[in-house]
Amino acid sequence: MDDTSAKPGWREPVLAVADAVVVPVAALLVSILIFGVFIGLTGNSPIAVYAEMYRGAFGTWFSFQNTLLRAAPLMLAGLCTALPARLGLIIIGGEGAIVMGGVAAATVGVSVSNASPPVVIACMMLAGALAGGFWIGLAGALRVYRGVNETISSLLLAYLGIALLNHLVEGPLKDPESLNKPSTRHIGEANMLGDLPGLDVHYGLLFGIVACIGCWLLMEQSVFGFSGRIVGGNARAARLSGLRVPRLVILTCVLAGACAGTAGMVEVAAIHGKANASLITGYGYTGILVAFLARHHALAVVFVAVLLGGIGASGGLLQRTFDLPDATVLVLQGILFVVLLVSESFRSKLNVSRFLKVRG
Amino acid sequence: MTLAFGLVAACGKTAETPTPATGDLTVGFIYVGPKDDYGYNQAHAEGAKALAGMPGVKIREEENVPETVAAQKTMESMINLDSAQVVFPTSFGYFDPHILKIAEKYPDTTFLHCGGLYTEGKHPKNVGSYFGYIDEAQYVAGVVAGLTTKTNKLGFIAAKPIPQVLRNINAFTLGARSVNPNATTKVIFTGDWALPVKEAEAANSLADQGVDVLTSHVDSPKVVVETAERRGIFSSGYHASQADLAPKGYLTGAEWNWAKVYQDYVEKVKAKEAWDHLVRGGFKEEYIKMSPYGPAVADATKTKADEAKAGLTAGTLVIFKGPIKDNQGTERIPAGKELGQRDIELEKMDYLVEGVEGSTS
Repeated sequence: MDDTSAKPGWREPVLAVADAVVVPVAALLVSILIFGVFIGLTGNSPIAVYAEMYRGAFGTWFSFQNTLLRAAPLMLAGLCTALPARLGLIIIGGEGAIVMGGVAAATVGVSVSNASPPVVIACMMLAGALAGGFWIGLAGALRVYRGVNETISSLLLAYLGIALLNHLVEGPLKDPESLNKPSTRHIGEANMLGDLPGLDVHYGLLFGIVACIGCWLLMEQSVFGFSGRIVGGNARAARLSGLRVPRLVILTCVLAGACAGTAGMVEVAAIHGKANASLITGYGYTGILVAFLARHHALAVVFVAVLLGGIGASGGLLQRTFDLPDATVLVLQGILFVVLLVSESFRSKLNVSRFLKVRG
Repeated sequence: MTLAFGLVAACGKTAETPTPATGDLTVGFIYVGPKDDYGYNQAHAEGAKALAGMPGVKIREEENVPETVAAQKTMESMINLDSAQVVFPTSFGYFDPHILKIAEKYPDTTFLHCGGLYTEGKHPKNVGSYFGYIDEAQYVAGVVAGLTTKTNKLGFIAAKPIPQVLRNINAFTLGARSVNPNATTKVIFTGDWALPVKEAEAANSLADQGVDVLTSHVDSPKVVVETAERRGIFSSGYHASQADLAPKGYLTGAEWNWAKVYQDYVEKVKAKEAWDHLVRGGFKEEYIKMSPYGPAVADATKTKADEAKAGLTAGTLVIFKGPIKDNQGTERIPAGKELGQRDIELEKMDYLVEGVEGSTS
């Protein structure tokens, strides 16, 4: 009697982790196999290609830093989709929040550029997070108050955001000196966000990791997150049990957008020093993939972002060494995505915890 | 089973190791879009291909590299993992801050950028920048278009109203009106460099308005040229040749000839000679070229166009020669004043000349 009742105490968390890890890892392995067949069909050796990918992504200190640098914005962009997903919302417009965050951060950074650098950075961060939060918050509000599908509205808002960025940097915010590449003014070299000590990776990586941990605490360990997950489970039941669903949805969307907006701020503060069309990098779209691969778990976002950062870092080497087209990496990402979605349908049948319990 | 066998067979083929043989020069090329885009990137890739044929030169290419840290890391990766000694990051937006930052970190590597942005004393010494006066080729294309059009309406689909683009639109229009004063150019700005759907819409809309020659300044003119062919109107190319997309209606096109620029640079680097930090050229320097005339171009038209090209090559024909009014009626270049190709005033162009229907904002 005592035995069975004591078991869940230590078993539940272990099983939960096993459950969360086994399926995605199996999906990853299956994807690697399928992609290997694809590589074989292109006339290359899958083993040589994987060896090269490893060299390009993790094999040298330079490669690993390259991977981390690429992973940084993907963490923040991934959270933009992952957080609302816990409430049952599919937000795919992170790109819009990134560019809006970038343009807001640049505008504020330029206007306070005479302040001390930490103040400038703090103001830029606030501006970036607010702008991004506003953008995705809009999609959340449209959902709550007007019943507009948030997937469509967030995607359309992304196009609007990009159009607005182009309009602003080519019009009202344009630096007259930027002739053939319309941009805002520069925030000043002294105000730039530098690299992490001892690394060739900017502070965006730290922001990304901190944001992921913070979001994990919020979604998994707080009342707010618990309420949110109830909404995700059954919004009607949540409403009937007295949860303030509209507030939860909008706040989560604002937070998600703030993460993406911070990614835009980092692009400006750590890389460009100004806002221009180069902010449109597609991180927002890769973020969707990150969130789904991480199964919308904020901590898993860190690892998936590093994985996809690594794929991105090695993609170039594949092109250069094997003469494979750039789309090769997209094929791998696509295979990963499909296999993962399919694996979800197997989850209920191959319940890991049940399997382990039977064995135990 | 056959699949498994194929896999095993494929495993036998080993990857080429990126370690260069002694004396070999490894040259890296970075493109912002696909290198077979029938446009900006293909023009550079064709130049790269010309280098691949040189003895002792090995090229490494990477496409679809966005203008962010990815560009910086690709340069570094080419230097660190491929041992590239010369890097050609070909997108205009790669220069500041990406090339500048990496060039300072790797002073022994040569960085050559397309766009003509180098400033003596301000930028690192291992950086060079080159560009071509392709408005000369657009002028000649305009002559062909002006003599071929039956409706006197030409169409220009452009990305953004920036000086470089306005200069092309103006040169094309001035070329057309030099032989056909009734010709006008309708301009549509799409807002960005690669928006195929908008480009197709713009092409259809211009065709609907009676335009019968279409040209463009976007990263890939593929969609514009294909749409023109489908609508049964003429097209004029840009960046690279799109002739095989429109076997009937392709008239000619303004093309880059980067092979010449790249070979010049690489020969100098190989011979350890000094190279120029800033090179620019037009027909005379062979930095640009025309697509071969299509079947729809009349012989008399070819003669006129060849004359214009000869004049531009010799320097006897000046495109921006006063009096030139903008399309609001304001005089921009007074009578008797000539702005030569190297005049920096042309780099700040912010107007459309008389005969262009459209607005810069």
